[in-house]
Amino acid sequence: MVIGESKPVAEILEMIKDFKKVVVAGCKGCVTVCNAGGEKEVAILASELRIARKAAGNDLETLEYTCERQCDPEYIEPLDDLVKDAEAIISIACSVGPQYCAARYPYVPVFPGLNTMSIGGATEHGVWKEFCQACGNCIIGDFGGLCPITRCAKQLLNGPCGGSSEGICEVGKGSIPCIWQLIYDRLKNLGQLHKMQEVKLYKNWSTSRDGGLRTTIREELKQ
Amino acid sequence: MTAEYTAGSKLEKIFKSGQKAVTGECGPPRGCDVEHFKHKANFLKGNVDAVNLTDNQTAVVRFCSMAAGRILLDMGIEPVMQMVTRDMNRIALQSNVLGAAALGIKNLLCLTGDHQSFGDHPQAKNVHDMDSIMLLHTVKTMRDEGKMVSGTELQGRPQMFIGAAANPFADPQEFRVIRMGKKIAAGAQFIQTQCIYNMERFRKFMEMAVDMGLTEKCYIMAGITPLKSVGMANYMKKFVPGLDVPDSYITRLKGVPKDKVAAEGIKIAVEQIHECLAMKGISGIHLMAIEWEDHVPEIVEAAGLLPRPVVD
Repeated sequence: MVIGESKPVAEILEMIKDFKKVVVAGCKGCVTVCNAGGEKEVAILASELRIARKAAGNDLETLEYTCERQCDPEYIEPLDDLVKDAEAIISIACSVGPQYCAARYPYVPVFPGLNTMSIGGATEHGVWKEFCQACGNCIIGDFGGLCPITRCAKQLLNGPCGGSSEGICEVGKGSIPCIWQLIYDRLKNLGQLHKMQEVKLYKNWSTSRDGGLRTTIREELKQ
Repeated sequence: MTAEYTAGSKLEKIFKSGQKAVTGECGPPRGCDVEHFKHKANFLKGNVDAVNLTDNQTAVVRFCSMAAGRILLDMGIEPVMQMVTRDMNRIALQSNVLGAAALGIKNLLCLTGDHQSFGDHPQAKNVHDMDSIMLLHTVKTMRDEGKMVSGTELQGRPQMFIGAAANPFADPQEFRVIRMGKKIAAGAQFIQTQCIYNMERFRKFMEMAVDMGLTEKCYIMAGITPLKSVGMANYMKKFVPGLDVPDSYITRLKGVPKDKVAAEGIKIAVEQIHECLAMKGISGIHLMAIEWEDHVPEIVEAAGLLPRPVVD
């Protein structure tokens, strides 16, 4: 899923300092699962903003709504009634959400209320890690099902580098496992260590962001 | 290895003559103070066969290794230009390989480079379009097949003697020699190792390299960095991943009066040089006297490696 993290309230307050009435729009998709942008977080953020503005002697009115998703235009539509009474929108969906709002409401300012962190998953309660960089051409089958593009700090396809020590990457002050050690261990378990000996050559990055904005088309679904 | 030269650099000729080679290192400055750079490089002239020019080492901005290479050529010193894949994509890297060859640089060391989080611009974007092994393959293909990564034909092939680095002390230990073998398969003709302090582990590494036949395919240079002080030794031990400084060296440095620590460090380095040169498969010494270039003549002399060979 897409992992999000709330922006500091002070940053959001600065964004909306010129407005008296804003919509706070959440999303019931990924950001609900990672506790960053669902119904609960909408309510918390809206009240934090109101309290801060009240304390500053500059009252703020908030209108709250959590969309089924913010990455489909039809699910943005329910915001219409709220937006017509508001001066701005704060979307706490992943960064797709604010952009869909911007597309639907050409004359209404839209601000992101969270930072989109990664495509990842929970590894323990309250901890989410990155697992994919959406390079558009998955190669993890060659690496024991683990992704060196995302999980190696240098994106090596021929690791591990000299900075792998006792299973830990030299980047991250001891907090990041060396993915190449994990790939090595896994290939060893699978009896496929010979795969580590092959020289891996150039990756085609044209399917990644480097090739320009990506559009995925499924002809059979297109109308 | 054939007697025919791939690049005809002095370094390549010395290796092929069967003599032990010595390379040094000179980091370009964090500014464009050419005189300071030349001053440091002058200590190396005549005392080593070629001088490595680091490419923004530890991700700290310095003047570029290609410009430094041209300056050394003008001074009559042979450069080993280092290139890292951290900062450039395949377009820029290949362009620089061609540019370096056009300037007369004949030795190229291909590296991935330190992560930018260790340097002076931790907010920088990194590139990593390629890794060091791909860059080795790129340079070899450009030189031997006259083709770029894209397959485009080159007009004029870069005649480079191609090198790589190896760290015998990182993990997984049993994979380090295999990874060096990958570098050799991709195009490395010489290897310069990470600084060696744990001689036992290095000996094992070299035994594996000999057993795998790698020393028949490639010239391996042992990396030596003299310990300037107890503080430096402790730093290397504690903070540089994979660098294993044995307590015995630290005890030796601590056991001499403060004004004799540097001399003891040099003594240790000379002993290490002798020990490495006695190992099967070692073709030379890569002496990385970091910001201690002025001591290189003394170390090389004490190691009995002067005068340096003359080749045509």
